[in-house]
Amino acid sequence: MPEIRNYTINFGPQHPAAHGVLRLVLEMDGEVIERADPHIGLLHRATEKLAESKPYNQSIPYMDRLDYVSMMCSEHGYVRAIEKLLGIEAPIRAQYIRTLFDEITRILNHLMWLGAHALDIGAMTVFLYAFREREDLMDCYEAVSGARLHAAYYRPGGVYRDLPDRMTQYQASQWVTGRDVEIRNQARQGSLLDFIEDFCNRFPALVDEYETLLTDNRIWKQRTVGIGVVSPERAMQLGFTGPMLRGSGIAWDLRKKQSYAAYDKMDFDIPVGKNGDCYDRYLVRMEELRQSNRIIKQCIDWLRNNPGPVMLDDHKITVPTRNGMKDDMESLIHHFKLFTEGYCPPVGEAYAAVEAPKGEFGCYIISDGANKPYRLKIRAPGFPHLAAMNEMVKGHMLADVVAVIGTMDVVFGEIDR
Amino acid sequence: MGISGEDVMSSDAQKGMPDRLEGLAEDLARAFKDLDCLVERSNGEVTLVVPAERLTDVATRLRDDEPFFFQELIDVCGVDYSVYGQSEWQTDSAPDTGFGRGVQPVGQLESKQSNRFAVVYHLLSISNNIRLRLRVFVDTEQPIIASVISIWQSADWFEREAFDLYGILFDGHPDLRRILTDYGFIGHPFRKDFPLTGQVEMRYDPHQARVVYEPVSIDPRTLVPRVTRDDNRYLSEDNAAQDASDA
Repeated sequence: MPEIRNYTINFGPQHPAAHGVLRLVLEMDGEVIERADPHIGLLHRATEKLAESKPYNQSIPYMDRLDYVSMMCSEHGYVRAIEKLLGIEAPIRAQYIRTLFDEITRILNHLMWLGAHALDIGAMTVFLYAFREREDLMDCYEAVSGARLHAAYYRPGGVYRDLPDRMTQYQASQWVTGRDVEIRNQARQGSLLDFIEDFCNRFPALVDEYETLLTDNRIWKQRTVGIGVVSPERAMQLGFTGPMLRGSGIAWDLRKKQSYAAYDKMDFDIPVGKNGDCYDRYLVRMEELRQSNRIIKQCIDWLRNNPGPVMLDDHKITVPTRNGMKDDMESLIHHFKLFTEGYCPPVGEAYAAVEAPKGEFGCYIISDGANKPYRLKIRAPGFPHLAAMNEMVKGHMLADVVAVIGTMDVVFGEIDR
Repeated sequence: MGISGEDVMSSDAQKGMPDRLEGLAEDLARAFKDLDCLVERSNGEVTLVVPAERLTDVATRLRDDEPFFFQELIDVCGVDYSVYGQSEWQTDSAPDTGFGRGVQPVGQLESKQSNRFAVVYHLLSISNNIRLRLRVFVDTEQPIIASVISIWQSADWFEREAFDLYGILFDGHPDLRRILTDYGFIGHPFRKDFPLTGQVEMRYDPHQARVVYEPVSIDPRTLVPRVTRDDNRYLSEDNAAQDASDA
């Protein structure tokens, strides 16, 4: 009788459903997974080591490149750790702007997740819908920072600059002309806040649109209900945070529990799942889209009525104004010192975490009093999630691996760092 | 859909955080005073310094015992303290040629210190909504420490990472392989004596029709040297008063 052996297959790193550069070594018994061994590190750039060789502020752009679909949330975690070390706090308006952009980022991230997840399981349309909305939100990124993805907008002591009074507009081109340009620019006549408000008013109907396609869809449910079930106890053991933890029924959200920025002044709810399967995590994230929209609206109202500084006036840490530099010697010196040397936080260590769209994003900084971090450790939410891969897919079919990768919302920029 | 948590979650949850941290520090001091543990407080955080041989014991009690209940291990990271506090521009003599920008790379370490490496654990208690940091120093010559994987499963990859980057061994870890670096990588890249540029570089050799590894050809350079400033802002109250009276 021939010996029956398990079959080992390689999944990725070049596979459209591998979400980047995941290499999975799967041990299969027929079409059932016996063991999954994720190999990561193909995108390792030693971000933490690089940060040790640079003044604090120069590492902010690296944070964008960690989780490259939720850029500003990663910045927020890093900037908050520095602020904790320095013992400073950003002005209130900056806190609201950060809240606003954290939530815009959450929508950006969840739309990307939704599109990719649905595409992996065979629903093409949602992907196109999701990217339509992402376009508008990336324009918001562009309006405040000049970059559509890697913003580097949050700085220790505030945000780089205040929200613009004028929204960027489309110009006529070879492909879009005349009346089409006008239609595209309709919502862009006012300020950035007007544009975001217009988006907020449209967005709930758009979420309904996605839900019509998926929530009661028979195929969608067959692919997600009962797949990758994680009990609340296991979720805590495995170090889950964010929607992965809430999907398992644990009401834990740093925005409520260890509130930061302006979240304690916001009115919003935290969705919690029941069964801990892919479908519940899908429902949790869909509800988070709506709740984020709610928070954004509240931020817009506040920001309209409360002008003020968005950056601390302490030029040992923050950059003096361009105009100030032109007629003030001290500002010029501050500017020079900041950009050639940076600032030196006191000796000590700090861990600051934010509720990034994927879970808890934390930065642990050890300072020995120098102008560079002695050690920076980035706690990426996706890292423990992916580590649970073996446990989540064991006993499932090969096709369910794709559903589980999708539900984890993995991005290798942050996992490999 | 389940509960949407107005009743279980409230923004008031974090009110009184300083008191609760104070309470935690006291509880820790009481519970572990006979185990040579040290409680530190700074920046609104509590750190427990644990001797390496007590780690398993302390960690188990932190997870299971009243009043701690640290159900989640959020993070594990290695730290190399070998050049802690050294600034690159420190010198005792001033040459008459002035100082160059270039900085001598951190070369030979005088790491005679017995606690060069440390492992730092970040714990989170979901039920008490509080965080705790554990710091465990490990021996320089034989950096080996008990794994906490049997206490918190999430330690799995975090410990593999610390092993990969710092060469710290975790006793009891079932699968201590490299995780972030390349297959066949030599060295532990986050140690302070490992150059930022790395040791080898890789290219495709058309003659041999394969990828070859060679020693790095780029020189390490420092754009901004590491300096430590005694900044006036961080003077303690007494010093500030002293300065004021001098002026």
